[in-house]
Amino acid sequence: MNTSTSTDAVTVQRAEARGQKTEQRGPIPARMFVLPITVAVAYAVHAWASRNQPSPETHYSWFLAILFGAGVFAAIIQPFWTGLRRWLEHIGPIIAAAVLLLALWEAITSGFGWLPLPYFPGPAGVLRSLIDDRALLFDSTRHSLVLLLSGYVLGVAVALVTGVSIGWFRTARYWGMPLLKVIGPIPATAWIPLAMVISPSGRLSAIGLIALAVWFPVTMLTASGISNTRASYLDVARTLGATESYLIFRVAIPAAMPNIFVGLFMGLGASFLTLVVAETVGVKSGLGWYVSWAQGWAEYAKVYAALVIMAAFFSTIMTGLFKVRDRVLVWQKGMIKW
Amino acid sequence: MVTSEGASLRIIRGGKEFEKIDQPGEPVVAIEDVSLDVEAGELVSLVGPSGCGKSTLLRLLAGLDEPSSGELRVGNELISGPSAERGLVFQDPNLFPWLTVRGNIESGLVARGLLKTKGHEVDEFMRLVGLEAFASTYPHHLSGGMAQRVALARALINHPKVLLLDEPLGALDAFTRMRMQDEVLRLWKARGTTMLLVTHDIDEAIYMSDRIVIMTPSPGRVERTLSIDLDRPRQRNSADFLRFRSEILDLLHFTGETAAVS
Repeated sequence: MNTSTSTDAVTVQRAEARGQKTEQRGPIPARMFVLPITVAVAYAVHAWASRNQPSPETHYSWFLAILFGAGVFAAIIQPFWTGLRRWLEHIGPIIAAAVLLLALWEAITSGFGWLPLPYFPGPAGVLRSLIDDRALLFDSTRHSLVLLLSGYVLGVAVALVTGVSIGWFRTARYWGMPLLKVIGPIPATAWIPLAMVISPSGRLSAIGLIALAVWFPVTMLTASGISNTRASYLDVARTLGATESYLIFRVAIPAAMPNIFVGLFMGLGASFLTLVVAETVGVKSGLGWYVSWAQGWAEYAKVYAALVIMAAFFSTIMTGLFKVRDRVLVWQKGMIKW
Repeated sequence: MVTSEGASLRIIRGGKEFEKIDQPGEPVVAIEDVSLDVEAGELVSLVGPSGCGKSTLLRLLAGLDEPSSGELRVGNELISGPSAERGLVFQDPNLFPWLTVRGNIESGLVARGLLKTKGHEVDEFMRLVGLEAFASTYPHHLSGGMAQRVALARALINHPKVLLLDEPLGALDAFTRMRMQDEVLRLWKARGTTMLLVTHDIDEAIYMSDRIVIMTPSPGRVERTLSIDLDRPRQRNSADFLRFRSEILDLLHFTGETAAVS
């Protein structure tokens, strides 16, 4: 403890000296060392939790060591790299908190043994499973991605057609709306028994179910967006010589875009849920299948490893959709925040 | 140089009734027996208190609503629906927020499938309203006056024979408003478009119009038509200007009522 504080002090002094030589840069502020210190704490917990083992788990030790090195390195070079500093100031506390949570988790599980094994392995075990089983996990992720995208794209495509029709054409609204209101709210997963009977393969039925789960919110939101297009936009367009297809594709649909995106996000959430359920009960591949398979062997570290992958996988897709939305709705910037 | 794109407008005994939503079967008469002739290239204002049917009349002329009685013609043609030859500008510029300034201005050409052949005019119209520097700006970044200039350019790019203006400057502050009045006059002179301007502002009507049609409410009727035979540019504080002003106030019973009270 004593030594680490003095090295910190030396580094600060060195940076100070360098800073004064080039231009007026401040010393490295102490908060830049919060992350490395947190990682050091996590390592201490890890070493202590492994006291009954022949040696600490190597993968996790390496993970912490690399994180520590990266943290120290970033803290040292950040005075010379404004972008990195801003990013560190923004994200540093969150990473530090995450590392503390890992340490807490390890203390509760491997350290004190408060939670029963094999249901609650420590982070070191989960990381080990992640690395050892990476081939199967990668393969499962790939299968899930293909399934999810097929279902999502199919659902969105159909939903845009039905949504625009219901929102624009009175006849489509009359006949479509009751169907939508009655069929739509049924959770897609409730159709699983029927899907299994109808569909020749588990994959096809899973795609259909995901599409159905996406279809309802996207149709609903698209239809309401289209039918709530400001009448004055349509009036203006008509006096500009607009045909009906211009009114639909160049006025109503752009005007409904913010609504449509709300539907796309809701649909995405529903599709994640349906994907995992479908993979658990029917399809013999993918992350959902992996989780139940690992559970069957009571390999809970693998279950958590798959959950970690799912978190990364789903949030990446969600972030991607946010990016697309920011692109498409660039005209709206500053009007909506979520 | 006047290119004179304007066409005459003729309203013969036009009337419009609306169904009351809460009391069906009991129609509200918005306008009744309105007749009006506007010559090609003329700038005529409609003035009157709220509810006198000015906007209803404009919507009928735009073809967005159908008259309950009477007929409306542009040149010799009966108005049967909206058309690019009758442009409409509202008090709210109603720019399409998902299109840039350029996108908004060219939307009339896109709507009619003429962007390829007439696309070169877009720049010309952006210059005409002084917005060439804002071509790729989205509407929510524009001030009220700029947005309304875009709306004017968007309506004018179709070379309408008639431009219907529904209180287009009503939401602007007093200074922007006076500048925009000159702007509209400049566009009017440059294109020779027939313009029908609905306004609440008597000064604006006198400053801009060849003739002022004074309307009275419930049901909307034409009370009187005044020719403003003053040279342009007009002086807002000249004796003649003020004379027209008091005459119109009188016709709208504002001076009369105050006199009766005092």
